Amino acid sequence: MSEVLVLVDHVDGAVRRTTAELLTLARRLGEPSAVFVGSGADAAQGSLRSYGAEKIYVLDAPELRDYLVVPKVEALAALMDASSPAAVLLVSGGEGKEIAGRLAIRTGSGLITDAVDVRVGDAGPVTTQSVFAGSVTVTAEVTHGVPVISVKPNSVTPEPMDGAAVVEPVSVSVSDLAKTARIVERRPRESTGRPELTEAAIVVAGGRGTGGDFGPVEAFADALGAAVGASRAAVDSGWYPHAYQVGQTGKTVSPQLYVATGISGAIQHRAGMQTSKTIVAVNKDPEAPIFDLVDFGVVGDLHSVLAEATQQVNARKG
Amino acid sequence: MRIAVCVKYVPDASGHRTFGPDDTVDRVGVDGMLSELDEYAVEEALRIRDDLGGEVVIVTTGPEQARAAILKSLQMGADAGVHVLDDAIHGSDAVGTSYVLARALERQGADLVICGMASTDGSMGVVPAMLAERLRLPQVTLASEVTVDGSTVRIRRDGDAATEVVEARLPLLLSVTDQCNEPRYPSFKAIMAAKKKPVEVLTLADLGITADEVGLDSAWTRVVSHQERPPRSAGTIVTDDDGDGARQLVDFLAGQKFI
Ligand SMILES: Cc1cc2nc3c(=O)[nH]c(=O)nc-3n(C[C@H](O)[C@H](O)[C@H](O)COP(=O)(O)OP(=O)(O)OC[C@H]3O[C@@H](n4cnc5c(N)ncnc54)[C@H](O)[C@@H]3O)c2cc1C
Ligand SMILES: Nc1ncnc2c1ncn2[C@@H]1O[C@H](COP(=O)(O)O)[C@@H](O)[C@H]1O
Repeated sequence: MSEVLVLVDHVDGAVRRTTAELLTLARRLGEPSAVFVGSGADAAQGSLRSYGAEKIYVLDAPELRDYLVVPKVEALAALMDASSPAAVLLVSGGEGKEIAGRLAIRTGSGLITDAVDVRVGDAGPVTTQSVFAGSVTVTAEVTHGVPVISVKPNSVTPEPMDGAAVVEPVSVSVSDLAKTARIVERRPRESTGRPELTEAAIVVAGGRGTGGDFGPVEAFADALGAAVGASRAAVDSGWYPHAYQVGQTGKTVSPQLYVATGISGAIQHRAGMQTSKTIVAVNKDPEAPIFDLVDFGVVGDLHSVLAEATQQVNARKG
Repeated sequence: MRIAVCVKYVPDASGHRTFGPDDTVDRVGVDGMLSELDEYAVEEALRIRDDLGGEVVIVTTGPEQARAAILKSLQMGADAGVHVLDDAIHGSDAVGTSYVLARALERQGADLVICGMASTDGSMGVVPAMLAERLRLPQVTLASEVTVDGSTVRIRRDGDAATEVVEARLPLLLSVTDQCNEPRYPSFKAIMAAKKKPVEVLTLADLGITADEVGLDSAWTRVVSHQERPPRSAGTIVTDDDGDGARQLVDFLAGQKFI
């Protein structure tokens, strides 16, 4: 069976759930090889093993951290050359897609981005994508080179399965071209103690209707163990940081449950949450377009509804 | 400073966007416009030009109608346009599109190439990285803030796990997010002036590209099928008039095992 390269998404060795999802998909296509770039590989090994990584390629050198995107592209290209994989899987985020794009050009490979499912077809992987704000589903395949596929977070439920997890250190060489865009400063995002927005099973989001007070939104999120999201109107008003914006120009989320409060449901917002499994909204305007999407909606003032609902959830949890 | 801005003509997101019979996005039969996210790229180019002097040239590839995207950019204040127009380009994927754009950009001798963060129809967000790869230019992408200091460009990039400051020297390729600036509305005077600005139309032959290198048949990916998703079935909507909305909401969540 051929290898399937999976670029590990991690922060200093803390492996993100998205990587477990990719490893689960990779097992359908061949033998998953995790490609770990950066420091902390020891810490990552256990979790990579438990989702079926047969090999772990470890690349660790300062240059990989100091320059944008290209060193990772070169590392993956070299591994593709050496291992002739059946496919390369990456997480669909800003950086993942840029790596995928350059890798496709460099290795003469077809690229599919934002897949929500990957299956085995007659001629290699067949992907499913959800386009036009979720209104159309497309299946596609790569017809040239090694399929390079970026997969949206929360597209598949990770299934544990032990792999051999043989560690193979890989020597790193970084070209002059890769050193042309240097990262001169890095400020890690402060942890909120809440689940990561793109990985969370539940997201509670607030919009302009919060009037600037995200307190009730956060309290309800905490009662449900949820991540907090925001509409662009709330972000543009300075009420919540941009890192939490959901939508076309923010994060794409696909949780089990998405709760939109004080959000009208503009097309650009929908683009980032429409594939959520269950959608709930609280909005005082019965005509708000968000109600077209919901499984359950409350027409009412979010402040009173959220405060009361938070209390009841906490009471029921005992 | 010579700045080239890549802009895309896209179907209007508020209209009914659809696929044509050959599984490609229908850019001809529906109303289209300059991709909103490319307005930020045009605006950034204009600001840099107005600061440092120079020229802004708009580059697009797309059908006849795509000229509208160039025109809008010229109305905003860009100086000239280049439209790569050739029937053989139809159906190109990002790989093919970036190839055509790269060839068109090579002729521009630009110090700075600026792209949007993603197109509002395909929304792949990969063309800028592909262009940087093809043109062997430093890639300084997804900028939420841009400063040009002599020949050094510095950006703020809000990544998934961290905010980074990235620095590179001209010539380079930049892409900007919607956090970068506030695109201007064209004034009446600017709209009139745009009519006189030059737009060069180029074919694949002009760029030394043969028809079999691009287009639907030579794309490296293939759409197997597309399906309109059935609209979500209508949900339950309750009114909180009697103050019972929260309880019903919590009942629903409990019923779905979210609590
Ligand atoms: C290029 C581009 C990119 C964009 N990208 C994004 C994006 O990524 N994400 C995004 O979200 N938007 C994006 N937008 C903006 C989008 O078009 C909308 O403007 C935005 O989503 C509106 O946010 P909102 O729903 O919070 O505000 P509004 O549309 O103003 O809606 C507020 C809602 O709150 C309700 N409300 C008010 N008070 C209360 C109350 N007390 N209780 C309950 N309900 C109340 C109102 O009835 C209303 O429905 C983008 C726009 C453009 C042009
Ligand atoms: N057909 C095109 N013509 C000109 N520029 C394009 C075209 N397609 C994409 N681009 C540029 O690449 C950016 C990202 O597009 P995409 O990768 O398609 O999401 C856009 O914001 C444009 O700047």
